[in-house]
Amino acid sequence: MGGYAAFVWPAYAVTLTVAVLNVVWARRSLAQAVEAARRRLAAGGGDS
Amino acid sequence: MPELPNPELAAAPTAGMNGARAAGEGATVLEAARLVLQRDLTLAFRRRGQLVQPLAFFAIVTTLFPLAISPELARLREVAAGVLWVAALLASLLALEFLFRDDAHDGTLEQYALSGQPLTGLMFAKTAAHWLLTGLPLALMAPLAALSLGAPSASIPGIVASVAIGTIALSLIGSIGAALTLGIRRSGVLLALLTLPLSLPVLIFGARASELAIHGAPYVAPLELLAALAVLGVTLAPLAAAAAVRVSLE
Amino acid sequence: MSWTWFHRLGSPPYIYRLAQRLTPWFAWPAGALIIAALYGGLVLAPPDYLQGDGFRIIYMHAPSAWMSLMVYTTMAVAAAVGLIWRIKVAHAVAASCAPVGASFTLAALVTGSLWGEPMWGTWWEWDPRLTSELILFFLYLGYMGLRGAIEDTQRADRTSAVLAVVGVVNVPIIHYSVSWWNSLHQAPSVMRLGKPALSTTMLAPLLMMLLGFTLFFVAVLLVRLRGEILNRERSASWIREALGT
Repeated sequence: MGGYAAFVWPAYAVTLTVAVLNVVWARRSLAQAVEAARRRLAAGGGDS
Repeated sequence: MPELPNPELAAAPTAGMNGARAAGEGATVLEAARLVLQRDLTLAFRRRGQLVQPLAFFAIVTTLFPLAISPELARLREVAAGVLWVAALLASLLALEFLFRDDAHDGTLEQYALSGQPLTGLMFAKTAAHWLLTGLPLALMAPLAALSLGAPSASIPGIVASVAIGTIALSLIGSIGAALTLGIRRSGVLLALLTLPLSLPVLIFGARASELAIHGAPYVAPLELLAALAVLGVTLAPLAAAAAVRVSLE
Repeated sequence: MSWTWFHRLGSPPYIYRLAQRLTPWFAWPAGALIIAALYGGLVLAPPDYLQGDGFRIIYMHAPSAWMSLMVYTTMAVAAAVGLIWRIKVAHAVAASCAPVGASFTLAALVTGSLWGEPMWGTWWEWDPRLTSELILFFLYLGYMGLRGAIEDTQRADRTSAVLAVVGVVNVPIIHYSVSWWNSLHQAPSVMRLGKPALSTTMLAPLLMMLLGFTLFFVAVLLVRLRGEILNRERSASWIREALGT
């Protein structure tokens, strides 16, 4: 990297990590919402 | 009349009454605004101690910097404009908590919203009262702080003008944050977190105007930009504050 | 324009199912574009005349900065729609945007800093772009803090919507005032964070990366949106169907 490796690679690492974390985080929040919804239904959540 | 949990306010003979008077007895919005302004000023003067607090804070913060930096006026003069402005900004922020707190507490705010008067106009009146009670005094105190930080006396008019206009904008911007954080417990830090980024342009232009005044240079340009921000604030901030208040009352 | 189309857009079950179906159509192309852009940017593009291989950080910094602004704008528009027309789905969109935008703003700041150190010699520089980016980060934090502090979802939605709209009006003002402030104090002959002169082989991966990240944002948004919709819906019938319970 022409001597800039110590800067370029961390930059890529940080950004791509943020991207991956966003995916993980989004899927987890969806799973949590689904879980909560299932629990509400099981507890007899009526039609509102 | 709504139940008043605060005994001190309950004892105040005009508590709620001006709101009721403004509410629907054929008053125009200007009359209603004037009544709201009067009420806020009257109630504030009953608690003079509370009025002094932001000013005392301003004085203390201004004192911190020489102690942290250096007693040499020549050095302080370099940072005087910035220090002054940060102190004014923080003091203004502190005073924001009083803007809606009591009225939300005793139901007056609800009366304002239900009164049929444009809530925007009433928000403007409250913000005007707030500036008269905090911004204007800060502007009048600014010369003392400026001189103590090594500013030349010729710079005083420019500094006072910048703080006076700037605090108008700050009160307006701050009213939005105060309205948004209504009813949130211990909202002081959140209020600061919301208001400070929005206040940065005021800080930039105000400090620049003060800086130019201190160095004897023409300072009209940033002052005009500051005034433009204040005008923009007058147009938009009461609207946003009213919207936020309505949401909090839903 | 048929109003049924508009009404369907406001219908939570419709949006939920649509989001579910559309996600792969954004996710896969996003992945492909980003990978292709990585190859183009790291391998195919030649080193810059002035900045050598250091300029390659632009392929991470520019998309991050782009994301931070685009997501904020999306958030503000969705918030405004939700506020004006009282559409719950719009508020759900706004809520979904915030964490994505905030994280990429942070990435933009870090990559900007990493780009700055070899180019300017300092880890931080109060240049207009980085400073504005920092303030944008605070705006995101304020938005998320406000949302988190209000327990009632509907009130949180509407309160933070007012904040988002106020914020978006401020973004150009803040950027202007910061640029003005920065121009007053011309830095000495330190090289500024200028864009390197881009030839086509350098530009193409950048555009691909920008598009890829945009599609990526939509995909992530669609996933989050489903969760946000579920959290706002009490009605059991369509949820039962949608979750296959």
